[in-house]
Amino acid sequence: MSKTQVRQEVAAWHPGQIWQPPTKAQRWYDGAFRRLCLVFAAFTIVLIAWLALGIAYRAIPAFQQYGLNFIYSTTWDPNKAQYGVLPEIWGTLYTSLLALIVGSAFGVAAAIFLSEGFLGEAVFKGLKAFNLQFHPLWRKLPDRLEQILKNLIELLAAVPSVVYGLWGLFVIIPLIRPVCNWLHEQFGWFPLFSTTLSGPGVLPAAFVLSIMILPTITAISRDALVSVPPKLRMAAYGLGATRWETILGVLLPTASRGIFGGMVLGFGRALGETMALAMLVGNANRLTVSLFSPANTLAALLANTFPEASAKEIPVLMYAALILLAISLVVNIFGAFVLEKAVGKGEAK
Amino acid sequence: MAKYCISIVFMFALITFGACGGGTGESVKLQGAGASFPAPLYLKWFKSFSAAQPNVQVDYQSVGSGSGVKSFMDHTVDFAASDAAMKPEDMAKVKGGVQLLPMTAGSIVLAHSLKDVPNLKLSREAYVGIFSGKITTWNDPAIASVNPDAKLPSAPINVIVRADSSGTTFVFTKHLSAVSKEFEQGIGVHNMPNWPVGTRSKGNEGITASLLTTPGSIGYIEYGYAHSQKLPVATLQNKAGNYVAPTTASAVATLASAEMPPNLIAWISDPEGKDAYPIVTYTWMLFYKQYDSKAKAKALRSLIDYGLTEGQKESEALGYVPLPPDVVTKVKAAAESIS
Repeated sequence: MSKTQVRQEVAAWHPGQIWQPPTKAQRWYDGAFRRLCLVFAAFTIVLIAWLALGIAYRAIPAFQQYGLNFIYSTTWDPNKAQYGVLPEIWGTLYTSLLALIVGSAFGVAAAIFLSEGFLGEAVFKGLKAFNLQFHPLWRKLPDRLEQILKNLIELLAAVPSVVYGLWGLFVIIPLIRPVCNWLHEQFGWFPLFSTTLSGPGVLPAAFVLSIMILPTITAISRDALVSVPPKLRMAAYGLGATRWETILGVLLPTASRGIFGGMVLGFGRALGETMALAMLVGNANRLTVSLFSPANTLAALLANTFPEASAKEIPVLMYAALILLAISLVVNIFGAFVLEKAVGKGEAK
Repeated sequence: MAKYCISIVFMFALITFGACGGGTGESVKLQGAGASFPAPLYLKWFKSFSAAQPNVQVDYQSVGSGSGVKSFMDHTVDFAASDAAMKPEDMAKVKGGVQLLPMTAGSIVLAHSLKDVPNLKLSREAYVGIFSGKITTWNDPAIASVNPDAKLPSAPINVIVRADSSGTTFVFTKHLSAVSKEFEQGIGVHNMPNWPVGTRSKGNEGITASLLTTPGSIGYIEYGYAHSQKLPVATLQNKAGNYVAPTTASAVATLASAEMPPNLIAWISDPEGKDAYPIVTYTWMLFYKQYDSKAKAKALRSLIDYGLTEGQKESEALGYVPLPPDVVTKVKAAAESIS
């Protein structure tokens, strides 16, 4: 095809004179659009900074009065003007960490199940029993089921937090109470089981929280597992590895950074979760390692105290908000950083 | 949550009424905010009031006593409602003066979840002890001695208190402080004190839900919540030493035992009467003494009048306590100062 022919071809398809150098107006338009995007991108950063500075500014009186003592003192007594958030910081990290452990175990398992075609195989075998595996209507079933399951897990993220809270209060707590109290009676000497579970407490809160962060962990882990280069899997099988050896020895380590990034993002979400925790954690200012004892988190403290806070309490609450913001920003930045590294590594291969 | 839904429904109802009666006269829109404790009753009043006087629209938001007083001081509302009245220094800041009117009263009950002990009696030492963490099991001698026939479990008492800052807690801690010096010095009177015991739930609804799901627990809620959920409530010992169950009659006896001072702010932290239920509180509406618009002041006066006459008849069904007649007379006289 000669050059003229190409031009004619292009001209036929694109009535504008696309093969000419851009006009001044086009250049200007292009530049303006780019700058507009830049402004919007900068706006989000300014917004975060503005938010942090606004909270910090209002927290100044409390910072001057309580200083760092606020972080490691354990009493919250408005009557005596003593404020300390160590139990809340501990509670926030403790519940989130427990949720992370449970949520990651289930989330990564679900991601493996979804990405390795276990479900598809089982359904295929089932169809084969009826000799329907190539039937035009049924042969799509394995893929469809996997899609549905994946969407269902992602749908967990769409359930409102207050619904999780109510579910925890009316379903989970009565369900786990006998087990927990049995554990306390038998193994009460073990610090984790040192109190009875009466109602709201660390364990129900962490359990519900783990379900709330499950979709994040599953979705990111699944993406990481799917993007493992097929040649690695083939090579593992070629060397005679079994399926489990392949999954545990090759796939998971390769996808580990992506999975780790997902876990950190899930952790970030768990830290900031408010409503469900305010309903389930028991809101008691207690520094405890017992799984069954009520505790408190920063977000729950803020949600409970703000609506009727007096002018003197507001700086204190702003200070607590600043600490929560700092914890979750650090965790999220760390997670995003790890995730970025993981993606970069994946592409390099 | 339910409260918000109800208030939204009512707002729509009010808007519809307003639209229907638009042509009949000068329409007045009254904006109020404040306590959530009397909100169900107030919303009922405002609804029937607007039905009777279609040219007046009343919009009430139950945002909590503290926020209500704050909006009142900022002049963003026409009236407010508060369980904790209003501090004298705050009243001094409002130009032209403030008129506080007690509009209704309510009892705070100790509801529990011992299904086998429907007639639990608690002495003054017992309930102060439970809420200050000194009495920790149900078969403690302090409880068992006054309930000889009851099958008290040996289980620990799970105390449930309010997690959020609340006027109910204020009234309750005020009563406990009046009973026990030790409580006053240790925990003290506050909207959200540093409770040494228990788990904390948000709102009356939260405590009610915890009581329903947790065996062996006790918590303080407003009478209406215990009544509607059929939770067993404790009979409490009053100052005279009698055990009194929370009923409308015993709450009226409490109100009767206290003299209403000229500023209409009466705290009945520990009533004297021998039939008086110990924890009953008035709840107030806050008005400015002077309004810019004559029509607004007139509408407010007729609203107050409605609440004090027709409104009092509706209070008992919703779990509130009707005001004693002499208090109604005093409040009516005080309402004249609003212009």
